[in-house]
Amino acid sequence: MTETLGTAQPFTPPTRFAVPGRIAVDDQVASEWQAATITEVRRETPRAATFRLAVPVWPGHLPGQHLMVRLRARDGYVAQRHYSIASAPDDTGHIELTLDHVEGGEVSGWFHTVAEPGDTVEVRGPVSGFFAWPGDRPALLLGAGSGVVPLMSMVRHSRARGSDVPLRLLVSARSPEELLYAREYGPETTAVFTRSAPAGVPVGRMSLAHVAPLLAERPPGGWEAYVCGSNGFAEHASRLLVAAGQPVDRIRIERFG
Amino acid sequence: MHVTRGFTGRPRVPNAALPPGQYDAGDDWPVLSAEVTPELTPEEWSFRIDGLVERPHTWNWDEAHALPASAYEGDIHCVTSWSKFGVRFGGVSLDAFLDVVRPHGSATHVVAYAHTGYTTNLPLADVTGGRAWIAWEYDGRPLAPEHGGPARLIVPHLYFWKSAKWIAGLRILDHDEPGFWESNGYHPRGNPWEEQRYSGD
Repeated sequence: MTETLGTAQPFTPPTRFAVPGRIAVDDQVASEWQAATITEVRRETPRAATFRLAVPVWPGHLPGQHLMVRLRARDGYVAQRHYSIASAPDDTGHIELTLDHVEGGEVSGWFHTVAEPGDTVEVRGPVSGFFAWPGDRPALLLGAGSGVVPLMSMVRHSRARGSDVPLRLLVSARSPEELLYAREYGPETTAVFTRSAPAGVPVGRMSLAHVAPLLAERPPGGWEAYVCGSNGFAEHASRLLVAAGQPVDRIRIERFG
Repeated sequence: MHVTRGFTGRPRVPNAALPPGQYDAGDDWPVLSAEVTPELTPEEWSFRIDGLVERPHTWNWDEAHALPASAYEGDIHCVTSWSKFGVRFGGVSLDAFLDVVRPHGSATHVVAYAHTGYTTNLPLADVTGGRAWIAWEYDGRPLAPEHGGPARLIVPHLYFWKSAKWIAGLRILDHDEPGFWESNGYHPRGNPWEEQRYSGD
């Protein structure tokens, strides 16, 4: 039997993943490196700090997008990493990155032990339109550790706009001392602590008991879910979402390797 | 060239096997996928090739395993800048599947699609001639679900987003059609040696 399918016939994936990219990435900005200047360093936790960068030609970004950072040694050796942007979009030409001091990390190590205001690094971006949230639809955010960074950009964006689009954040940290942006959270946020917690707050992993009530709130049109963290967390949290009834094609995941 | 004050990088020995902008991830194998890991058993898995071919065909797990075994031993490179040396994937060469369906002479590209719906595009020449595999083993053991098990595509000479996890099929085309990441700003081909990361590189 010969079965020939014409190319005009669109192919249909077996399931419907492919929440589409939310925005198109500008080829030009995605491919050009420019020198950005560190203007401020703020300690967040014993292991994490926020670095504010002045980017000469910043085209703007959407919450959830990242930036590529490149460091170059005298001998020409380069190291580059993707980092989520922590700040909300604004028109100052500045963006902020919050970086963990990774054990043995050559790029995060440089930021934490060498970098100071006035230093310059090369950047390229913003890149990736997949994990972006323009603020137009209800968003359910699940993050752990530094996985909360792109989600905080979304929370800040929502606040800055005075938006009434529903937004909920479930954030997991090992302890209150390690919770990023602790002072900034409002009623939209529930913090979960896995090793130690303030008096009266249970210690334990994020569970269905945290996720199910948020899904039960179901806003008109349902939630768009954004999960960000280590792979272990991303696997766990995305399974909780599915178990609580969130459609798989409306879960976007960003995993830190 | 902009030198970063005080940056030396980690101690290194020159490694000609490391493409530009990459670092050696060592024993780590980071997981990077945008979707929920599917719960897909070997019994549920299937692999289809259709489009511009003489005989479209779908293989189930046992039928795919009945094809001649073939392994890839070498390096892999992720666009997020890690590379992993000396990995070993076991499976079947894609050539063995294509021999069955026989692509038309007009065929130039493929769209690989996953059981999750993830897609990625490749020139046909990049998945023929012993350069691509359907793999179900890693280091002699079944491929873990988060790494694409029960079976994934392996195209090791391109950035690893081309090596679609949970591979479900290939559609053979006579034109290029961007897949998921390519529609999100990534380069249409993704050659690590030319640092084809983003569209426009």
